[in-house]
Amino acid sequence: MSLVGNTPSPLNTPSPLVPAAGSQQLLARQAAGRPWAKLASRLFSLLCLLCMWTCLAALFLLLWQIFSYGWARVSLDFLTKSPSQIYPEKGGIVSSLVGSIYLIGLTALFSVPIGVGSAVYLEEYAPASRWRTLVQLNIANLAGVPSIVYGILGLGLFVRTMGLNRSVMAGALTLTLVILPIVILSAQEALRAVPSTIRQASYALGATRWQTVWYQILPASLPGILTGVILALSRALGEAAPLVAIGAATYVRKAPKNLWADDFSALPLQIYNWTDQSQEAFHEAAAGAIVVLLTVLIGMNALAIMLRYRFAKRVQW
Amino acid sequence: MSTDVVISDDRASSRDPRMNETTPPLPTVKVSASTNQRETPSRSADEMAQQAKKVVAHNVDFYYGSHQALHAISLEVPEHCVTALIGPSGCGKSTFLRCLNRMNDMIEGTRVCGDILLDGEDIYRRGTDVVELRKRVGMVFQKSNPFPKSIYENIAYGPRVAGLRKRAVLDEIVETSLRQAALWDEVHHRLDDSALQLSGGQQQRLCIARALATDPDVLLMDEPASALDPKSTAAIEDLIFELKTTYTIVIVTHNMQQAARVSDQTAFFFEGHLIEVGATNALFTKPTQQKTEDYITGRFG
Repeated sequence: MSLVGNTPSPLNTPSPLVPAAGSQQLLARQAAGRPWAKLASRLFSLLCLLCMWTCLAALFLLLWQIFSYGWARVSLDFLTKSPSQIYPEKGGIVSSLVGSIYLIGLTALFSVPIGVGSAVYLEEYAPASRWRTLVQLNIANLAGVPSIVYGILGLGLFVRTMGLNRSVMAGALTLTLVILPIVILSAQEALRAVPSTIRQASYALGATRWQTVWYQILPASLPGILTGVILALSRALGEAAPLVAIGAATYVRKAPKNLWADDFSALPLQIYNWTDQSQEAFHEAAAGAIVVLLTVLIGMNALAIMLRYRFAKRVQW
Repeated sequence: MSTDVVISDDRASSRDPRMNETTPPLPTVKVSASTNQRETPSRSADEMAQQAKKVVAHNVDFYYGSHQALHAISLEVPEHCVTALIGPSGCGKSTFLRCLNRMNDMIEGTRVCGDILLDGEDIYRRGTDVVELRKRVGMVFQKSNPFPKSIYENIAYGPRVAGLRKRAVLDEIVETSLRQAALWDEVHHRLDDSALQLSGGQQQRLCIARALATDPDVLLMDEPASALDPKSTAAIEDLIFELKTTYTIVIVTHNMQQAARVSDQTAFFFEGHLIEVGATNALFTKPTQQKTEDYITGRFG
């Protein structure tokens, strides 16, 4: 780069503060001179505020309705009793709650290693090539595929071909397919957030690629990866469509014992089943189950936010 | 240099780190009064000639894709001396530095021609263990880049990845390295604190200590003080003076006073060519090339 002769000396470069302050005053004066512009600016901010409150109002209405309806049903009994098709006011949700817990546990077990592994390969190992761009594009597209489509794939692949029937295992594998693209994308995002200076420092000290990834990159990106994983899992927790597609039961009395064979149900399916009934008591039970599901989801999201917050505080690049 | 200028300089560099480089240092202005006269003078040409040739570059070309960044660079780096690489932004001095420990390998689409010998062995020879090379040729970067870990873990990382496990040995290496980097007294009571809590100057000395922990022969420094205040800069420069008794140092700097203060040998790069190389005293007082003279007198930068 040739800079001969035309580089300004630092002494006659005006301080960056001066023009900024000047133009701000200028703007203020111009705005004062044009009342319309000022009014439009006020109106616009009010409009934006209105939009925000509309969103919040809808959300609060929903929550209020659910809670006023279902809060009375939530109790320890509700959490620990089997559901009843004859006495809905006495039944609980234990079978679908346990089913959901198994389901999410297994989904995490499958999706975290595969998803994080794929992300590490794509970010740290794969050379820039058309092939990589193609894979990347496909993962981004897969994240947008409706979950029912994965459900149908799961039905063909896990339930029928692999003979897993309508077991927890089949459900967990299907949900893994649903969230895998999200896990990969968010893990890639977290890996990319680790500054390249860290990689350089590690390589310059004679670390191999594996050591750099394992001792520096992964620990530094772990909170970000965890945040993504938790958000993906909370999506899996709320999914009903793919489970319906693989034919999971909407009503079982007992929690599954054999994860490879027993029929199971999950909270969203149980809710779906109850809202379909005509008796009022079923609707109350459904609302109660929704309260439980929402509480778990909010808890998971809070954990994700907490992790992100601690991450931001601890690591400042 | 007045305080105002320093501040506006800092602001510029915080937006774009290269802004700093394009600002030509004014050779007539002393940077800081705290930069003391050192007792050890820099080595003369004769003294350097007696030293073994630690690194020898011969006809090195370097390409980023189709863009040639270095043209037939031939340079000898004598052992236990400080070699400064100076020149305007984009002249290839950093690129050349990064050739010496093959850090450029990490950038896709780059290519090197020519030979670079470390103790007589070609480091670009097929089958060279790059990991081993980088243990022998340590590097300190422009922006301090401590790992987001404790001070202790930062220093111990190099020996650890080399396979060292014994805690007692690691403890000793950590202490020695921190002492060499003149940081031990400031941090010995809080080795388990995060390295990111240290000040900018301390972080950079930590990075130097970290590079020393792998016990390299050669230490490469890429503008190690460009982001630091005058006091921290002086500390780093004193350190370089100490370290050259043990290590061979190659330092890239855009600051000519710094090159004049710390180095024994100076090489002037311009647009990918090595214009002139010689004993620092001679190059700054009696440059043989017109371009060198123009640059060191501040006619362009």
